[in-house]
Amino acid sequence: MIKVFALPDLGEGLTESEIVAWLVAPGDEVTLNQHIADVETAKAVVELPSPFAGVVRVLHQPAGVVVHVGEPIVSFDIGGSAEPGSAEPGSALPADADADVQADAPAPAEQREANLVGYGPAVERSGHPQRRARSGGAALAAETRPTDPVAAVSAGERPRSTPPVRALARDLGIDLATVTGTGRDGLITRDDVRAHSTQSVPATAPHGAAEPSGVPPTASATPASTSIGPAAAVAGLDAAARETRSPIKSLRKLTAAAMVQSAFTAPHVTEFLTIDVTPTVELLDSLRADRNFTDAGIGILAVVAKALCLAVGRTPSVNTRWDEPAGEIVQFNYVNLGIAAATPRGLLVPNIVDAERLDLRGLADALAELTTAARAGTTTPAALSGGTITITNIGVFGIDAGTPIINPGEAAILAMGAIRSQPWEYRGQVALRKVLTLSLSFDHRLVDGEQGSRFLADIGTILANPARVLTMI
Amino acid sequence: MIDSSPQPVQLLSLDGERMPRPDFDPWVADLDGPALLALYRDMVVVRRIDTEATALQRQGELGLWPPLLGQEAAQVGSARALRDDDFVFPSYRENAVAYCRGVEVTDIVKVWRGNAQSGWDPYTVNVATPAIIIGAQTLHATGWALGAVRDEVDSVAITYFGDGATSQGDVHEAMVFAASFQAPVVFFCQNNHWAISEPVGVQAHRNIADRAPGFGIPSLRIDGNDVLAVMAATRIALDRARTGGGPTFIEAVTYRMGPHTTADDPTRYRDPAELAEWKTRDPLLRLHRLLTRLGEITPEVEAATQAQADAAAAELRAGCIGMPDPEPLSVFDHVYATPNATLERQRTDYAGYLTSFGSSDQPGEGR
Repeated sequence: MIKVFALPDLGEGLTESEIVAWLVAPGDEVTLNQHIADVETAKAVVELPSPFAGVVRVLHQPAGVVVHVGEPIVSFDIGGSAEPGSAEPGSALPADADADVQADAPAPAEQREANLVGYGPAVERSGHPQRRARSGGAALAAETRPTDPVAAVSAGERPRSTPPVRALARDLGIDLATVTGTGRDGLITRDDVRAHSTQSVPATAPHGAAEPSGVPPTASATPASTSIGPAAAVAGLDAAARETRSPIKSLRKLTAAAMVQSAFTAPHVTEFLTIDVTPTVELLDSLRADRNFTDAGIGILAVVAKALCLAVGRTPSVNTRWDEPAGEIVQFNYVNLGIAAATPRGLLVPNIVDAERLDLRGLADALAELTTAARAGTTTPAALSGGTITITNIGVFGIDAGTPIINPGEAAILAMGAIRSQPWEYRGQVALRKVLTLSLSFDHRLVDGEQGSRFLADIGTILANPARVLTMI
Repeated sequence: MIDSSPQPVQLLSLDGERMPRPDFDPWVADLDGPALLALYRDMVVVRRIDTEATALQRQGELGLWPPLLGQEAAQVGSARALRDDDFVFPSYRENAVAYCRGVEVTDIVKVWRGNAQSGWDPYTVNVATPAIIIGAQTLHATGWALGAVRDEVDSVAITYFGDGATSQGDVHEAMVFAASFQAPVVFFCQNNHWAISEPVGVQAHRNIADRAPGFGIPSLRIDGNDVLAVMAATRIALDRARTGGGPTFIEAVTYRMGPHTTADDPTRYRDPAELAEWKTRDPLLRLHRLLTRLGEITPEVEAATQAQADAAAAELRAGCIGMPDPEPLSVFDHVYATPNATLERQRTDYAGYLTSFGSSDQPGEGR
């Protein structure tokens, strides 16, 4: 006997969730409550316990897909031919074909606002949830609209009707999206549903019982649901051929929102400075040779971080925040140094708290810790908030310079390029030197050209001649 | 946070060693091996029920569930100290207390399945149905206790709430009235360290137990993961209340090892190291170690306990999934104790509305 499991509302009032990973495959035998998948909602990543003991037959949704509440995600063969006892688990739909019908029925949850308890990402709620192309409901709506403009309602909205009419439609196995409303403002009436029902019944050859008040399973024979299969299959094929569409979600969505906010509110100025960092490279070599520092793993990024912290002390306006609602400029008397990190999940900018208090070894340790955590996905929420200024290391990708976008809520971001051996003026001659380009973007509301330039020049001075630090502290 | 009072009272070390404490020892002197084993069974069973309910929520069978994982000793130890005629006013997390008082496991999840407005008849088990409004139940408890004085009975009210609730005005009002009238009520605060995502230190710069003396209410600060300390403290408080000594405040220092509810993700705000540390203070582990020392734990006992827990989980699952949907008109039941004309009119109107669907296709079926 096959049991279909539909995605439940895993929080309070959630309409969709992402299947992060399946831990089982078709053919696997599972026990009751066995952890079968990880599912991410707007609130949490949760472990999904198997609702049945049996054999996994079908995974209806691949990992990485955002699924609406009520859509089938997995089917189980639980053995036997009939349900022991009469009780039908509410979320378990009777059979595959019915599952499609149930998923099409306008779930009340789709209209509900997410009701977050205590906290939650506001970003998730902006914009209407996107319905995937292969979902039955969307396919139907797309099919219906061009041929039947009267029935057209704005995309994603439930057709207008009243609860008794919806109940009637459900009992008759009719998708209201396929019904033309003749009432006021396109309201679907009881008569519309009945009229639609008499139209569609003759068109259906294998409709056994003439009684239209049959229970939902007869709905599997209506034209509405039979048309879903092929349409969905064709859509899947087409998509694979030329282009791939993936939902905008999770970190991509958050990154996009942050970048748009920054790029279109903060007037960016970007300056470049190319310097001979051979002395810094020699300093790093000498540190590596020193037994006190051999294991410290101090690299160029740590030196740049240290130089930045020292330069902030001389030009505090680069370490500020524009607080528009308060009408104030917030001057940070500490440096929470953000480090842009490419992780398997996307861009994260964790920060080193009070970086200005750390010495070079301390910074190197903090950097190592932070990148390890970012790559392992264990970065804590605390580490991702409260940054005051950011470094992005584009040199690791072999890039020299760019115009970085400021992390929202900060005043400046420094991009460090790759160190290259280049012909360079050295003591009146051309020599092969280690050369590096720094790119600094700053928010011109907070930082004028003078301050921005001095700040960048200070960092350059330290890297070009580390001993000059003595003149700055 | 300033640690203004001594360490919480502990009768059981992390290794399950009995620690002498002259002022508390007499109150648990009667607990022999079998009695301790019964407490252990309760804790294993309620943890199993709690885990099953969490799974049922993930499977779409419950709308929400507030796990009590980690708070078993605080709830079982206090509930088992009560007399049948005492009355419990719980928050929404005291499902172990409800279990100990004899609430059917299916009734415990009724509300969370959206199947009933409240899960059980409070007067059959002397447990009020869970208060979702934070701290409101403390006022009910004080009121009930004032009634007990007027009835000239020696029954005691006990009310359960969390560390977060102590920031609510209701709790303070309840304590003021309880102190003013020396009401026989026990304020049992489970300080589980987290008010959803707020750590306790944010709202309590001193220990929560220190607040009660300001109201004229004596307080005890105990290790809430030590079932013996919990039971002793509750018995002390109950005895004081029964003999005219008025209210007592107990702060049971425990830890919410799971999320606030199934809609919460504690990894977003909590250091994993903190959870790891509290796992070493697991209340079940500690009692298990004591029972092992006492020679009460045998393979047969372990198997029987596990079987009892699994049976309770199976009963919960079957009862939850097989729960019949309520009759639509039952929404009007239990609203008022006495007949009410407005409500009667609404019931009649609604019945008329329901018949407009015809007799065969009632809208209430299915979900």
